Amino acid sequence: MNNLIDINNLSFSYNKSKVLEDINLSIKANDFLAIIGPNGGGKSTLLKLILGLVKPKSGNISSTYDKNRIGYVPQNTNLNLNFPITALEVVLMGHIGGKRPLFGYSKEELNCAKNSLEKVGMRKFLNSKIGSLSGGQRQRVFIARALCANPKIMLLDEPTASIDVKGQTEVYELLKELNKTMSIVVVSHDISVLLNYAKNVAHINKNLVYHTLDNVHKNVNSNDEHLCEVELLAALGNNPSCGCDHAH
Amino acid sequence: MIEALQYEFIQNALMAGILISIAAGIIGSLVIVNRITFLAGGIAHSSYGGIGIAIYFGIPVLLGATVFAVITAIIIAALTLNDKKRIDSIIGIMWATGMAIGIVFVDLTPGYNVDLMSYLFGSIIAVPTNDIWYMLGLDIVVVALVTFFYREFLAISYDSQFAQLRGINIKFFYTLLLILAALTVVAAIKVVGLILVIALLTIPTYLGEIFSNTLSRMMILSSIFATFFTIFGLSVSYMYDISSGASIILVAVLSLIVVKLFKK
Repeated sequence: MNNLIDINNLSFSYNKSKVLEDINLSIKANDFLAIIGPNGGGKSTLLKLILGLVKPKSGNISSTYDKNRIGYVPQNTNLNLNFPITALEVVLMGHIGGKRPLFGYSKEELNCAKNSLEKVGMRKFLNSKIGSLSGGQRQRVFIARALCANPKIMLLDEPTASIDVKGQTEVYELLKELNKTMSIVVVSHDISVLLNYAKNVAHINKNLVYHTLDNVHKNVNSNDEHLCEVELLAALGNNPSCGCDHAH
Repeated sequence: MIEALQYEFIQNALMAGILISIAAGIIGSLVIVNRITFLAGGIAHSSYGGIGIAIYFGIPVLLGATVFAVITAIIIAALTLNDKKRIDSIIGIMWATGMAIGIVFVDLTPGYNVDLMSYLFGSIIAVPTNDIWYMLGLDIVVVALVTFFYREFLAISYDSQFAQLRGINIKFFYTLLLILAALTVVAAIKVVGLILVIALLTIPTYLGEIFSNTLSRMMILSSIFATFFTIFGLSVSYMYDISSGASIILVAVLSLIVVKLFKK
């Protein structure tokens, strides 16, 4: 079996309202999965369930390896820009708790953090205050932090929200590079950009509809260079056999 | 001015000012980056309940205030960890309740003649030697804990969800932070009074943050700024015979304005 994560009949609710219902999803090794869907559709909740930050109400999630080894890039890394912390210190947070030197950080941790920054092309900014970096640079630092867990799978929640187009491309190119050695799962709204990189797509709106990307391209009019997001959403939504009569 | 240094009460005042500045700089930095200033304010004011109780039962005021403030901190930590949305109401309630308890117990104390104003506005000129030891102990505890758990405090302050994911017990460290804040606030009441204590926690740290790209640097700079403000404020207070707490705060605010005007 080469599935890294298997989710079976998973349901979750906040108080009385059901957020996720009967979700089945497998994440394979070296997958590049895009998770899309409307706001409040349960995308971030699914990530939190996979990470073990919240517990499922029913169903189960089995992963073939330690939850600590999942790389995670949270949403809203643009908050708290005044915080006095350097890029290097942010990356150092990524080390798994438990083993630690008495004071500060060990030489291995420092080296690992510097290597992670190198991988994302941010090594020369290691002593920069996190708030002084651009959105795209900051996001790459957070990806470096996730790399510290030495992950086989990396989860990113809206990694390109409020980043300029150039920064978005940088982030996606980096993810494409990382995808050679690990699975990537991205929750995002930037559907048209994301589909240039993703291999599979899961549309979540309480329920989950799964597509391989070949299917998606069959379902929309692929003669157009620009994929219309309305058509895409219709094609990816709850009704996969959409007629796509929406005219450009 | 120099001849003032031979008086023991002036020596004590300076010593207290320097010692409390170290704790205020370090804990104040953590309070600021966690954005829990209002919370520290709630603990400071509710500790007046402990002062009232201590006066009524005739136990040392510092002890009463400390115990009361630590209990308040633990209650606030427990409540806010469970229900973040109502945190402002909870703090408001604790704030007022603590002060009301203090006022009632002071009212009930027969022949009460303790100088209430000295708790509200500070009386650094009347710091007994015992309080100096308390502050020294506090500094040692604060420096030791923050140095030892620096990476944990940094992680929970910057990104608590991620810290939790990496196996850090965020509830423990959040509660520990509030307890340290409570201890610092109680010690600082002597110097600037409980009404002004928040200024000592926030102004030097606000300044420190401007010049820092790491939390540790912010802590060190804040402690230095706080020390400067207390010593300078004390001198002003001695020369013009005005309240020490208010002098210290006004020196700090003026410095802040000057820096803000000339920086950028």
